[in-house]
Amino acid sequence: MVSEIRDERVRSVSRLSRLLARPELGAAAGTVLVFVFFAVTAGSSGLFSAKGIINFLEVSAQLGILAAPVALLMIAGEFDLSVGSMIGFAGILIAIPAVFWGWPIWLSLLFTFAVCGGIGALNGLAVVRTGLPSFIVTLGSLFMLRGLTLGLTRGISGRTQVSGVHELALHDPLNSLFSGQVLSGLIAWLADIGLIGKRADGLPSISGIPVSIVWWIVLTLACTWLLTRSRFGNWIFAAGGEANAARNLGVPVARTKITLFVMTALAAALFAAIQVLVTGSADTLRGTQKEFEAIIAVVIGGTLLTGGYGSAVGAMFGALIFGVVQMGIFYTGIDTDWFKLFMGAMMVIAVLFNSYVRNRAMRSR
Amino acid sequence: MAEPYVELKSVSKYFGSVVALKDVSFDVCPGEVHCLLGDNGAGKSTLIKTLSGVYTPDEGEIRVQGKPVRFASPADTRDSGIATVYQDLALVPLMSVARNFFLGREPMRKFGPISQFDADFANRTAYDEMSAMGIQLRDPEQPVGTLSGGERQCLAIARAVYFGAKVLILDEPTSALGVHQASVVLKLIVQSKARGIGVIFISHNVHHAYVVGDRFTLLKRGRSTGTYAKGEINRDQLLNLMAGGKELVDLEQELAKSGRNGGG
Repeated sequence: MVSEIRDERVRSVSRLSRLLARPELGAAAGTVLVFVFFAVTAGSSGLFSAKGIINFLEVSAQLGILAAPVALLMIAGEFDLSVGSMIGFAGILIAIPAVFWGWPIWLSLLFTFAVCGGIGALNGLAVVRTGLPSFIVTLGSLFMLRGLTLGLTRGISGRTQVSGVHELALHDPLNSLFSGQVLSGLIAWLADIGLIGKRADGLPSISGIPVSIVWWIVLTLACTWLLTRSRFGNWIFAAGGEANAARNLGVPVARTKITLFVMTALAAALFAAIQVLVTGSADTLRGTQKEFEAIIAVVIGGTLLTGGYGSAVGAMFGALIFGVVQMGIFYTGIDTDWFKLFMGAMMVIAVLFNSYVRNRAMRSR
Repeated sequence: MAEPYVELKSVSKYFGSVVALKDVSFDVCPGEVHCLLGDNGAGKSTLIKTLSGVYTPDEGEIRVQGKPVRFASPADTRDSGIATVYQDLALVPLMSVARNFFLGREPMRKFGPISQFDADFANRTAYDEMSAMGIQLRDPEQPVGTLSGGERQCLAIARAVYFGAKVLILDEPTSALGVHQASVVLKLIVQSKARGIGVIFISHNVHHAYVVGDRFTLLKRGRSTGTYAKGEINRDQLLNLMAGGKELVDLEQELAKSGRNGGG
């Protein structure tokens, strides 16, 4: 905000108490805690070397791409449990036309985004029209999409995996949008001045920043702008906070929710596009449980499960915690079996903390 | 008296075999508070919904500024300057006062090709409009959930007035409030009246209505038992006219009698 006009009769609320009412506070504090924890336990293991940082950021980025639009949807009071299956489905939608039917990669990408967006709209329509909880409707989509993915893939290819995308994508105009790296020059320079380690052969330990991290940041910023600065954002909060009141005031609640379901579906397609083009293959089991991981990231980020309150920046912190913990446990040498226990507990703590913050915000200041 | 802004002429409304309203006439002038009194089931809700465009009357007509109209929808009614403030107030508790004020009609500001929510304007306007109604906000960015009942009423009323309401229909605005908050709302009604707005004040609390009302219409079982100006009727007469006035007197006597018998 550039110029805040304040009436002299308004008692100014202290910055601290304003800050304490922010939804992303818990996640920011949690991020600091997790970083400190691993700095102490895994400081020397390479987790915070350039390579280690890129590793955990890449994990965070993939989840964060999903979490930002999922946060918006959850603020609007709805769940999308189908994003995980949508990732698997989108993956084979990209790979099969390219590998078996000779489509150029850019065409199968456009096709995939269109189909996934359409399914997202169907999810939204089903929720809005039937008035059933989105939890149930998208639980149905979760199973249907996974089944469709398996059936189609095995029917067409005879297997559950489609590989060979790498060679086809090599000269595709859209390839670098999803699988490239950026800022290689900067990284090389940082390595030259000694800020980034070099490998034995004299090349920097990392060759650039994966484009998925750029997507993550751009999407989070875009979602934050939408939420806090656009008309649509006002409608998202109202749809989740008090749908009836919003409707009475002329807010198109149904259209808002359907749009958000399209956005989560498109985010799943983006996730799949990055995954398929980076690994060069699609697998029918890709994306399993990502719907829950996204919800965990969003909830750790301070969004209320009941809707009406939350933030996309919080979801970014949630995804960051997820990535750091996952890679941190790997680097410290703790058995990775413990990762899920940790994340589950983290979410429960976050929910308790969030309800405390929410109550604080609602108390008369 | 001035020309009525909106009037109902001999309106009837039936739901199947149920006669919800029969031959009811009702009007409100700019700068006047017209109280609509009646017990539960007297037809108050039907009358409000007819006035606010939710129902269309089966008989009779509605006039706005003398011209007969047919409201197609509540939005249509709102466009002709009649705003209904329902008991739920259409507020979102977790959103800020300013965002609630402009919900569905957000002020936008252009930055080149991008237009974004004009938070400064929204904050300033919400604050000013509520001050004009006599409520000083602490902070236009505080969530509505932190406001008192009276302040929420103020927000809903100020919002309706800001967006061009000439007539306000207030549905039981004091019924869920404590003594102090109710008096805040009564002040808001007087404030609206002073700004030249016609107020239709629905209540079953005669004490609240009598303080601010200029005219009183009583509904009983779907029919109007008449409209009285403040000079023509006093509070006790009004109480007796309301269903329950006579019943309470009877009950009082009965209890007094049984109390004597029991004691003796």
